[in-house]
Amino acid sequence: MAERSFAKEVQKLKKGDGETFTGEGILAITKALLENGVGYVGGYQGSPISHLMDVLADAQEILGELGVHFEASASEATATAMLAASVHYPTRGAVTYKSVVGTNVASDALSNLASGGVTGGSIIIVGEDYGEGSSIMQERTYAFAMKSQVWMLDPRPNLPTIVKTVGDAFELSEASNTPVMLQVGIRSCHVHGSFTASDNKRPELTVSDALENPKRKLDRIVLPPATYIHEQEKLTKRRPAAEEFILERGINERFGTPASKIGLVITGGSYNTVIRALNRLDLADIYGDTQIDILCLNCVYPLVDSQILDFCEGKDAVLVVEEGFPNYIEQQISHVLYKAGKSIKLEGKGKLPMGGEYTGQVMVDGLAEFLQDHAPGLLPVTKVATNEEPVAIPDLTDTLPARPPGFCTGCPERPIFAATKLVEEELGEHHISSDIGCHLFSIMPPFDLGATTMGYGLGPASASAFRNEKKGGRRSISFVGDGGFWHNGLTSSIGNAVFNKSDNVIIIVDNYYSAATGGQDILSSRATNKTKETQHSIVDAVKGMGVKWVRHIDRTYDVTKMRDTLTEALTTPEEGPKVIVASSECMLNKQRRVKPEMAKAVKDGKRVVKPRFGVDEDVCTGDHACMRLSGCPSLSVKDTGDPLRDDPVASIDQTCVGCGNCGEVADAAVLCPSFYQAEVVSNPTEREKRSASRSQRLMGWLQSRRDAKRIVYA
Amino acid sequence: MNIPVQPIIARRSPGPDGEKIITLAALAVGGQGGGVLTDWIVAVAEANGYRAQSTSVAGVAQRTGATIYYVEMCRDTGRMPVFALSPAIGDVDILMASELMEGGRAIMRGFVTPGRTTMIASTHRIPAVAEKIAPGDGRANGPEVIEAMGIAADKVVAFDMETVAKDAGSVISSSLLGALAGSGALPFPRESYEEVIRKSGRGVEASLKAFRDACDIAEGKTAVPVLPPEPVKPAPNLVVPDKLKKKWAKLEARIAALPTPAQEMAMLGLQKVVDYQDVKYGAQYLDMVEQVAALDAEPYDMTSNAAKYCARALCYDDLIRVADIKTRATRMDRVKGEVAVQDGQVLMLTEYFHPRFEEFATTLPRPIGRWVQSRKGFEAWYGRNLDKGRRIRTDSIRGFLMLWTVSSLRPMRRRLLRHRSEMDHVDAWFAKVLETAKTDRALAAELLANYRLIKGYSDTHARGLSKFARVMEALDMLKGRDDAADWMRRLRTAALDDVKGEKLDGALATVRSFAG
Repeated sequence: MAERSFAKEVQKLKKGDGETFTGEGILAITKALLENGVGYVGGYQGSPISHLMDVLADAQEILGELGVHFEASASEATATAMLAASVHYPTRGAVTYKSVVGTNVASDALSNLASGGVTGGSIIIVGEDYGEGSSIMQERTYAFAMKSQVWMLDPRPNLPTIVKTVGDAFELSEASNTPVMLQVGIRSCHVHGSFTASDNKRPELTVSDALENPKRKLDRIVLPPATYIHEQEKLTKRRPAAEEFILERGINERFGTPASKIGLVITGGSYNTVIRALNRLDLADIYGDTQIDILCLNCVYPLVDSQILDFCEGKDAVLVVEEGFPNYIEQQISHVLYKAGKSIKLEGKGKLPMGGEYTGQVMVDGLAEFLQDHAPGLLPVTKVATNEEPVAIPDLTDTLPARPPGFCTGCPERPIFAATKLVEEELGEHHISSDIGCHLFSIMPPFDLGATTMGYGLGPASASAFRNEKKGGRRSISFVGDGGFWHNGLTSSIGNAVFNKSDNVIIIVDNYYSAATGGQDILSSRATNKTKETQHSIVDAVKGMGVKWVRHIDRTYDVTKMRDTLTEALTTPEEGPKVIVASSECMLNKQRRVKPEMAKAVKDGKRVVKPRFGVDEDVCTGDHACMRLSGCPSLSVKDTGDPLRDDPVASIDQTCVGCGNCGEVADAAVLCPSFYQAEVVSNPTEREKRSASRSQRLMGWLQSRRDAKRIVYA
Repeated sequence: MNIPVQPIIARRSPGPDGEKIITLAALAVGGQGGGVLTDWIVAVAEANGYRAQSTSVAGVAQRTGATIYYVEMCRDTGRMPVFALSPAIGDVDILMASELMEGGRAIMRGFVTPGRTTMIASTHRIPAVAEKIAPGDGRANGPEVIEAMGIAADKVVAFDMETVAKDAGSVISSSLLGALAGSGALPFPRESYEEVIRKSGRGVEASLKAFRDACDIAEGKTAVPVLPPEPVKPAPNLVVPDKLKKKWAKLEARIAALPTPAQEMAMLGLQKVVDYQDVKYGAQYLDMVEQVAALDAEPYDMTSNAAKYCARALCYDDLIRVADIKTRATRMDRVKGEVAVQDGQVLMLTEYFHPRFEEFATTLPRPIGRWVQSRKGFEAWYGRNLDKGRRIRTDSIRGFLMLWTVSSLRPMRRRLLRHRSEMDHVDAWFAKVLETAKTDRALAAELLANYRLIKGYSDTHARGLSKFARVMEALDMLKGRDDAADWMRRLRTAALDDVKGEKLDGALATVRSFAG
């Protein structure tokens, strides 16, 4: 069950010939797969391509009708290996994952797939998250395309082009017997637009058909001597075939005025930013008509030498617009020009920044500089000289607080890190290895816990070097989420720790979902899933790997127990890895599930208890120790309005879901008695109501008796 | 420091028919419903014959972090314009910010351009974690951001849209849309916005009300709502039983004799102290304030501080106080209001307590408390058997009576161990204040304010005491200096700023370097 329901989007997948499809880029790709007769789809979720997986997961019915097989792969390696189905059979397949991290995981399978080549069209849709707020490092997927000799498409970021490119990719793959990467940036994935739909197509050969008629060709299998032949084939057959296809089908587009003495070679993904920059420099209109010559590479690898030379012919200077480093495209073009003995001036990095996202301002600055150097006459005077006085805007740098992402309201992972902090207060600081997932937010304030993150499921693995020679000495603590655990962690982290007799502590954060990627189900999810096998115990799996010391905490909010268990793990004389499985359901997903259920129960007259927390502001002294162990969005500060008090007090707002963390932390850390839990009972029983009114009468009597003897100011 | 802005020369040019691309960026805090807002804006644009495109960066940014939505639109002339996918510096026509600091962030990122950008910002605050975890008041300076808006933007529409939405029973996306409509930054009639909301299906009436209220404010038809700071808690009432009226009147008379500027604070302090203990305690409080007043002169800052911090010092936080507060009728009513208990519903109330050995022992009469404290075996036994969190249900008779019993120890408070240690501490502090007041009133006023450092329970309280002690230590070094008061204030601010006290260490080292 994903965080979002895609029931509405699934209906869009049914649209037929001539109908208008409106939606996000990533959904357009999903629809295009079906229109192109894809036979099977797999992948691993992650921003920005999660929605593709989620929609298909909710669209099992449509897929079944079409004979399309869909799988939520265990990892990107699994997904890429899945494309093996297109090696011998003319079945089209597509897989998707976040790049570059997913591509790293997939690269073993990718090399093997690229070596033997494919018969059926095979696409790897890689979502790239390249700009500000990216959750991953900025390496180029391009390097993988080059070293494996697979092709890479980078369409202009509008829905009709993206959809057309999916079809092109399948055909290119088939024409050149090579898998094709379709690269889409995060903004293209989330861009809202529309395109004219076509009918969905049944696959030419379904995977069931293939199973019934097995085939094998020895020369497609990656084993000597075929392997050596494959390397030759890549260069002598497949690449020329791809180049021919690219030219014949006009995959790369030419815009603007061919006679222009200067030209731009740009990647498809950067087209809109380039046009906007030209428009802001008065060199293009809002529809993209421009007096400059542009070669837009919707296929960024391979480049076709003749096309490059042809474009550069007769020009004084060309600027290559290519995001990311190294500048592979620029290097290839300069190589082509040099070998052909051309003296045209080639610009790229230098005019444009070496790294980082090419945002609107970067593009304006880079293009303006290029034009000033090579075609100063083109730039309107008004753009380079101005009488406008600059306005001095106050610098707010020191005022603005940073707002990094953090744990959601009621997150079950928060108490785990509160407990870890409490343990550190007692036993001192430890080396902590983090992992990928929501739990990585522990690195941010208020927890400030965790020293490294090495990859999905690799938290404990990245602590493996730490073996303490001192008996009874300090151990490392490492975290891994349930998503990372099943993706890679079971073998790479847990198995490795057992085999190498690690003495360290491992905490597996189990929130029932692959939560950070949008709440997809995994092996250990507790919900029943119609198409997936769930409810497999992490504890059993860990024991199966040979871990002797395993503790299961089935309610992470029990901070005291969490703290004591971690303390025990860090101090027990028992040898071997110490594994704590800390389980509680992701609150975002839980609320989505429980809220409608509760509302319905109240309506049906059933007894429903809704918990919430509060703070007695007269008891709160405004020290905010509770917030240093929480960071919950619903727990904040407010003024009391009391002139006798200087500091704001703690306050819990309406968004509180009553998870209990505040009270548990106050208890475990012995903070203060200002927290209370208020449970509002809807449709209480008669007995409950009678008892409540009886208590109230007695309390009222006691209160008025006391108040009669004292001055009250409240 | 001011940042000079580059002359703006890269401006978009219009299409052949004069059609222009309008750019709109919305900065939000994850979870505020920015997606709904952008969907609405796109729908409004399309309903008015515009082509529109929206983008967002979802993913982890949704988890309470800062996030950006971006919309471009252009009058439809039959061709699809090339829309950009992200906001560019100096190229944003309309900037919407759903929280004050996010508005500030937009300015710093260059999305608000003088002479061009209409800025629509909600002025309410969602404090970031960094602001919440300071032991004192770590909240960012709001007025500074509002001032910067006025300088950076061409036009500003800024008010508390969160409250407007809440009052209408809706969420901020509705009031933001209303402010956008009312700002007139987009060439679309108000009705077309309302139509889009109506079609959206869920919570339509509430959304419409929030939209209209915000739109009216933005258009200047209705005034910006003036909001009292946190109107959650009703002002406290003073109730004096007949038997005590005479004694109370005597205390009130003493207030009237204090210097005028300090009277208001002294009245508040007196009420607090009397409520905390009894009338006699009120007299003791006034004794202290009067002693300070006798040494004071215009503008009587020292007396005002004495009125404030002597009340604080006398009303220390102990178990009796907590039990007293938690068993009051007014408190029950307040909780019911806060969690919105309706007729026919029942409220269950659980208090989280964790009394340690220290709290237990100091709540005993002095000799017994001392004796208990000296028995290490007993302390260990307590630690093993009683030192744990307790959940007390104050909506049940049993739980209520338990706290009630503790609270009824109030008349005996003066005889308890804790009171003695507190009063020793207060006396020592107050003696230093009086002594200093004779020579340096400003410094004495700062010494009084140092009591602000003592707060919290258990470890937090201990940490506060130690910070207080360290700040007070500097008194001997600073005495006699012209800038003594200033330095004392700086030391206190440093102590309030961080948990570990590293800033205080630094400040103390500085003082030592010139005065040591």
